[in-house]
Amino acid sequence: MQVINQAVENAVEEERQVVAFQLGAEEYAVDIINVQEIIKLQKVTRIPRTEPWVEGVINLRGNIIPLFNLHTKFKLSAPDSTDEQRIIVFQLDDIKAAVIVDKVSEVLHLNCQEIEATDRVYEGINAEHIIGIAKLEGRILILLNIYKILINDNIR
Amino acid sequence: MTTIDMSQYLDVFLEESREHLSNLNQCLLILEQQPHNAAALNEIFRAAHTLKGMSSTMGFEDLADLTHHMEDVLSGVKEQVLQVDSQVTDVLFKCFDRIQLMVEGIEEGHMGRHDNSDLVEVLEAIKDGSRELAAVAETAAKFSQTEEQPEPPAALEINGYDQVVIEEAFKRGFKVLLLEVEIDPDCAMKSVRSFMVFKALETEGEITKAVPPVQDLEEGKFDSSFSLLLISQMDNEEVLRRVNGISEVRVSSLKEITRLDLETGPAVPLEEAETSPDSEVRAQDNGQRTQKFKQKVRVDIEKLDEMMNLVGELVMHKGRLEQIGLISKNNELEDTVEQVDRITTELQSVVMKVRMVPIEQVFNRFPRMVRDLAKELGKEIDFIVEGQETELDRTVIDEIGDPLIHLLRNALDHGLELPAERRQKGKLARGTVKLMARHEGNNVFIEVEDDGRGIDLERVLEKAVKKELISSREAEMMTPEEAFRLVFTPGFSTAAEITDVSGRGVGLDVVKAKMEGIGGEISVVSKPGQGTCFTIKLPLTLAIIQALTVSLGEEIYAIPLSNVDETTMISEQDIKMVQNQEVILIRGRVLPLYRLRRLLDVPGDSAAGESIYVVVVRKADRQVGLVVDALIGQHEIVIKSLGRLLAGIPGLAGAIVAGDGNVHLILDIASLF
Repeated sequence: MQVINQAVENAVEEERQVVAFQLGAEEYAVDIINVQEIIKLQKVTRIPRTEPWVEGVINLRGNIIPLFNLHTKFKLSAPDSTDEQRIIVFQLDDIKAAVIVDKVSEVLHLNCQEIEATDRVYEGINAEHIIGIAKLEGRILILLNIYKILINDNIR
Repeated sequence: MTTIDMSQYLDVFLEESREHLSNLNQCLLILEQQPHNAAALNEIFRAAHTLKGMSSTMGFEDLADLTHHMEDVLSGVKEQVLQVDSQVTDVLFKCFDRIQLMVEGIEEGHMGRHDNSDLVEVLEAIKDGSRELAAVAETAAKFSQTEEQPEPPAALEINGYDQVVIEEAFKRGFKVLLLEVEIDPDCAMKSVRSFMVFKALETEGEITKAVPPVQDLEEGKFDSSFSLLLISQMDNEEVLRRVNGISEVRVSSLKEITRLDLETGPAVPLEEAETSPDSEVRAQDNGQRTQKFKQKVRVDIEKLDEMMNLVGELVMHKGRLEQIGLISKNNELEDTVEQVDRITTELQSVVMKVRMVPIEQVFNRFPRMVRDLAKELGKEIDFIVEGQETELDRTVIDEIGDPLIHLLRNALDHGLELPAERRQKGKLARGTVKLMARHEGNNVFIEVEDDGRGIDLERVLEKAVKKELISSREAEMMTPEEAFRLVFTPGFSTAAEITDVSGRGVGLDVVKAKMEGIGGEISVVSKPGQGTCFTIKLPLTLAIIQALTVSLGEEIYAIPLSNVDETTMISEQDIKMVQNQEVILIRGRVLPLYRLRRLLDVPGDSAAGESIYVVVVRKADRQVGLVVDALIGQHEIVIKSLGRLLAGIPGLAGAIVAGDGNVHLILDIASLF
């Protein structure tokens, strides 16, 4: 995945296209290449005997997709559900997985120079889950390594 | 011209190699027992020969070389200049192992390289021991071969279209050649050879026509020769050099087509007329031959899975349709739904059958393993395999190999006694191990039976108490069935000393867990001094099952019907406490009672009511009651996996997408509590 990201990155001249979204008060972003689609909230089936951040599974056109809660994972306070909440469905290699976000802001082109590497720990987020921090026009976006968060940490 | 991708042949190569290997293995075992069995010998020869041909075609030189040397020895045996003795069978077994190793290597993506000089040396030595005699026999064989009629090549006719093409070629100063290419009739992968011919010629020319057509050539649907019309600037020698340079291939005739040939008019066969009746006969028997092969198609297992998924969805929507039909009370709709129901059921069973493979695939590797193991342990045994034609779902087949190996090892190592001990007991020195499969209703039963010493119940109980698996009081109360069941308990092993063969720390508990994981059950019966029999009961398929759906508050769960013994209604007063465990009494039996809400951490409490619904489920041969809020009904469900991210959650077997689009979870009783 990293390799693909790298290749895409080079192809668009040091530019990263990302989907920006909100979790609580903070703004995050993920590489658009991993995003399959963004859908409205729908009925979630709870999965017992799993970690708290496993929200459950959803039915996306007959496919059963696990849904994760990053609020819980990053220890952010979860707001009440609003109309703006969305589910971002990721395609990561051959695995589909989804997360709940509070609002999808926009699709952005980030210049790679705008992304700063970081080893600081933001809130409850492990440094290795962050690719970098992008600052633009007074906004701060935390660029997440969604592959690491959803896949590497879950498959034993 | 269509290009042929070599990698697409790799799958064919691997598949066929595996078939030949399993064949080779079986026949070697027969040959070892009956050194004069000509049928087995021929089969071995054929397998080695085909493997040689295929591997050289694919460019796996080391494999080709080894099989070539094997073939040398085998032909010596065939011509009776060599005797089959243990030296010969042993080296052939070693060759077999090596070939298997190399084929595995090829499968993993390298060229199957391996230094086989050790085996080749032995093979050469065996062969040299009889070289002179072999030489005589060889010439005789050659002589008989030349007597065979050469096959008439397929005819290529030049039609009107070809004529236009040819004339155009002449105008541009190209030559037009008509080639007859012959392929060694023993060649194992004719299609690849024909592809290589195309490749060799098309760099410097264009093949405008082929008889049989390219598609048939690609699929190997031709005898041993084909004709090509080549437009090129190469001279005849160059063409000959290129084609004859390919092994097992030669140009049988090469004719330059001139303007004069064309003037004789279109549709003139360039072959002599007298061959035509002959070729008709040939076409006929060719037809028969293709018919014989037509019965089987290799299909990617993924495609089958996909098909199963689609059928599954169809079944699901059929269920939804049925519901709508019931509600709407429209007769026409109900009739149609009935039809759809019938067809879906048939379709489902057809797809299911397509996925079935004979258990032979797994059983085939056992005779060799048993033979080696018996030798190693110094035991004499007859290994009897029955019912290898019994069919099972592909997914089940993949899972049962290892557990069966474990049981067989157990039977040989712990079950059977040494010959001396057997004689002392008045038994035949030669022990018997039986592996049997049979189909019964919706299940397949596999039995591993030996006539060895049997399980010593006293020792089982003693050991279980010593390992604190049960208390000594419990041990006294146990029925023989319950005591036998102890051998499947984790941490139990009766072998006095741990040998290399079994008892590597994994025990029967692992076998049991694996069987339960695929919806199976295992049990054992044994008579001291007479033997032991393990019985595995497996479901025919795993993809579509009958299930009971139950609700817990807002959540709905499905319980596979194969696990459900009965459902019943009790009142709170019926629940008793025994050693801190809730129990109920059903028809004289005391069953532990579990609250499913608690097991699954379902939020909220069940509405307090008079009656309590209990589903009595069976885990192996133990019954327990599960308390649920309500029973919904019995449905045919299509199991979907929860995916890799949520794999292995205890108590969950997968999920279903219900008719209303909601996802419900399927419980796995074996790992639920």
